[in-house]
Formats: sequence, C-alpha cells, structure tokens
Amino acid sequence: MSNLTAWERISLVHQKDRPTVRDYIPMIFDSFIEMHGDRSFGDDPAIVGGIAYFKGRPVTVIGQVKGRNLEENKASNFAMPHPEGYRKALRLMKQAEKFHRPVICFIDTPGAFCGIGAEERGQGEAIARNLFELMRLQTNVISIVLGEGGSGGALALGVCDELAMLENAVYSIISPRGFASILWKDASREQEAANRSRITAEDLIELGVAEKMIPEAPGGAHLGPEETAQNISAYLEDALQRFRDVPVETLLEGRYHKFRKIGEFSEGPESGL
Amino acid sequence: MLEDLFQKVKARMGSEEPQQGFSKMSVPSDLLFKCPRCQQVTFMDTFRENQMVCPNCQYHGRMTVAERLKITVDNGTFHEYDRDMRSKNPIGFDGYERKLEALSKSTGLTEAVVTGEAEIMGEKCVIGIMDSHFMMASMGSVVGEKITRAFERATAQRLPIILFTASGGARMQEGMVSLLQMAKTSGAAARHSDSGLLYITVLTDPTTGGVTASFASLGDIIIAEPKALIGFAGRRVIEDTIRQRLPDTFQSAEFLEEHGFADMICDRSHMRETLSTLLRMHREDSETEETV
Repeated sequence: MSNLTAWERISLVHQKDRPTVRDYIPMIFDSFIEMHGDRSFGDDPAIVGGIAYFKGRPVTVIGQVKGRNLEENKASNFAMPHPEGYRKALRLMKQAEKFHRPVICFIDTPGAFCGIGAEERGQGEAIARNLFELMRLQTNVISIVLGEGGSGGALALGVCDELAMLENAVYSIISPRGFASILWKDASREQEAANRSRITAEDLIELGVAEKMIPEAPGGAHLGPEETAQNISAYLEDALQRFRDVPVETLLEGRYHKFRKIGEFSEGPESGL
Repeated sequence: MLEDLFQKVKARMGSEEPQQGFSKMSVPSDLLFKCPRCQQVTFMDTFRENQMVCPNCQYHGRMTVAERLKITVDNGTFHEYDRDMRSKNPIGFDGYERKLEALSKSTGLTEAVVTGEAEIMGEKCVIGIMDSHFMMASMGSVVGEKITRAFERATAQRLPIILFTASGGARMQEGMVSLLQMAKTSGAAARHSDSGLLYITVLTDPTTGGVTASFASLGDIIIAEPKALIGFAGRRVIEDTIRQRLPDTFQSAEFLEEHGFADMICDRSHMRETLSTLLRMHREDSETEETV
C-alpha cells in the first residue's frame, strides 16, 4: 500500500511519464477498435472509446485521454472533455447495453472543460444526462480512476457497479488549490487542502465512494507500466466475473444503492414519511 | 453617481438585523434595490410589490423559500418533508458545524432546500425549493438526500415533481460526499422518470455547477426565469481561461433557451398558471382535455 500523502500522490500522478489510457489499452485489451463522434456535433479527442476483447470477451472501453507531452496534451485538450465527449461516451455506453457487453471506464481528468463552446453546447446537461443514463444502463459498468478524478467531469464516467482506484490515484470535488482558495481564501494552502480533503483511495473506500484499490508497480505506475497493467487486468478479470451472472434488476438495484447510501445527516423526531 | 447614492443609503441602513425566518437579501433593510443586471435603482417596496422582479429589465431576483411558496402553491396546502434533517460533517472540515448553525439562525432555515407536497391551482405535486441565502444553496448530504427522497416519495405516490433550482454548485466542505449527491439525485430522477411521471425544473437565479450538471438539467420540461444566471462553469474560471471578458448575456436564461437547453422562459407572474396547466395536461386520471 502507498504510504505517500495525498499531496505526494498528486505530484506523482502528474508526472509526465505516468501511463495514460492510451498506454494501457493495448496492454490490457486485444483488437481494440476505436469509435469516433457523438453523432450530433463532433468528435472529442479528450475521450477515447471503442470495442475490444478482454480475455476473449467483447467489452466497451471508454476513457479520458491525457497526453505524455505538450503536443499530445494539446491534441487531447489535457483530458478535459467537452459536452460532445460525454455524449460520445454515452452513445458507446448505450451501444454496449444493446449488445450486452460490459462497459469499462477509465477516469483520468482534471475536470470537464470550462469554456464558451462547452457552455453553449450544454456541459451541465451532458454530464447530467450521463449520470441519469448510467444509473439505468442495463449492463455491467466498472470504472477505474487511473490518475486524477476531477469532480463532475470524472463522475460522468463514474456511475458504475464498482469503482476501483489505482493505488496513487486521487478523486476530488475540486483541485486542492481551488479548495484552499474558496474555503480558506488562501490558494497557497493547497498542500494542506490536499491532505485534509480526503481524496485518496483509502479515504474514498472508507467513505463508501470507491470499492477497490489496484496496486501500482513499486514506486508508482510510471516505474512499471506493464506490471500496473497486469494488476488492472487481474482486477478486471475478477470484477467482470463477479458481475457476469448477476441479473440486470439486481445489478441496477445495487448500483442505485451504491450511491443512495452516500450522505451524512441527522434527523429530528418530526421527520420521516 | 447612482451607485454612490446607493452606497450611502446602504451604509446608513445596513446595520439593521434581519428578521427571523427571512433572509438578509429579502428583508427591507435597504430602501433601495439595485438590479445586478441593469444596475438601475428602484425603491425596495416597488421591487417587492413586483414579486422581486426588476421593473426596468425584468431580471427575476432571488427569493426565499417562504416567498416562493407564497406565490406558487395554494394557500395552506404545503406539507413539508424532512424538516429536521441536518448535515453532519463527513470529511471533518473545521468550522463547518459552526457555519451551519450560524446560517440556520440568520435564515430561519435548516438547510438549502425545502421539500414537501402541495397543490398548485388544485393540482397536487411534490415540490422542492432551493434557497440561495443558505450557503448559496450548495449541494451537500442534506440537499442531496432531501431531493432524492422527494423523488422517491413522488414515485411511490405517483405524483409529478417540480423543483425550483438555485445553487452555487457542490458543497466543498463535504468533499466527495457532496459530489456523489449528483449521482444519487440523478438516479432518483431516473427512477421517477421510468415510472412515467412528470418532472418539471424551474431554473432560478443562480443555478450553476453540480446542480446544473445533475437534476436541474433532467426535467421533462425545463423552465427558466428571465435573466437568471444558469451555467456549469463559473464565469471567472472561463474568463481566466480565455483571457477576455464575457458578455453579460453569457449563461443567462435567454442564452440557455437560444442554445436549446430550456423549453421556455416564463415570467414569475405567469409561473403558477403555467405550472398548473402543465400538471393538468399530465394528470393520470384524465384522458380527455378538460375545460379550465
């Protein structure tokens, strides 16, 4: 288990040579065929999606695309999707539902893109629609946070039957800098914000947000991409097997309650139905 | 110049304490109302008599839950759900309980949303009203849970649901627990929808962030109030990214309608009638058109 602090993990997942979804896909899947476009506006390079074999079984694979250098990052908008990216993802999820294959989502984004075009094309609606449709998608959905899960832009690929996180991955509502500047009016306290906002795999398993942690190669995924890919693969084999024969109604009931239970509140004597 | 005058009046009157049960914004502690959209100054009394709509530009101002209920539902028909639900401190954020306590005192609310059952011109429905005076109506455990239960009750009783949204987004103090309320509420909305029931959202000023990116955008019918700010990302965040100032109309109700994300913009003075007509059109026991 990682003994790094949340802040140390953030700098680790931001390392340039950290493997991305494009590195992992060929290491984990066979015959990946990429699909493009949302059939409405365009194709968003910040999200990759397609069909592949996993241990001989067809699966739909969707993920946010980080680059490993500036050029790649520019091409994929630093993994910050536009609405058409989420709509492409949804289209592929519905396709998976139709053909009864599992959906595997790889989350790795600083967040949904904030810009004029994104607002004009309904970023809020696109994310909301994915949450709504994923909640009722009649096929198994597994999500894995590879590096960083940034807020609603990550959650749009994170409504699933089981959420796993790589050992050093983080998943948060806002960047530590944003957290510190909004809540403490002091962006320089970002390190403290990271360590106190409960964003690591261990924290999130405890909070009921995530279910599993996948070990990385010693020292981090960048020091052993193959080994890390093998661990992801082993996790997926186990997870897909566990959900394989679960009836759809049970699957959806379980997914609903995975999210339904999240929240901490007290109630007075007058409340209740 | 007008602004100077306004400031002076505000400084003189500003020390008045808000009354219990009402929020600071709506209490006539100021003599004048300055419209955040057109900057025009009007007498507060005039503004209030006009249902808190700017008489100059029709900006529909923020209302408290009590004010909204008064102009929306039939007198005496509202029965509140989960009145005593209060948030805990899921990620142990320093000072969160204190802040909630203080807000509860100053606003007379226990949280940022009030839910319940009511009738609108005789049409029964479940209703939820968010109040931006309570921590900018950010969504934490309580907002998420109350909205979810409102959907679940509406589903169980086969009732339509109307949500008046307003929100600054997620409740940062609750960390990831807050984020997941987006999925939770959307899941409850999906179940309500799958039962063939009607969901209407009324987007009011301001509806942003995680609320826009969840239940606010999921209505079968989406109504927006004139000049309301509605969007996903914060305006300043976008301005910082593109390094230029955005036009005032960006992320307005009108912008939303123009881009196809709202069915209509409805004046406050017509809201009650519009909602009741829509409810009547979706009534399960009436197959034929009814005369009004």
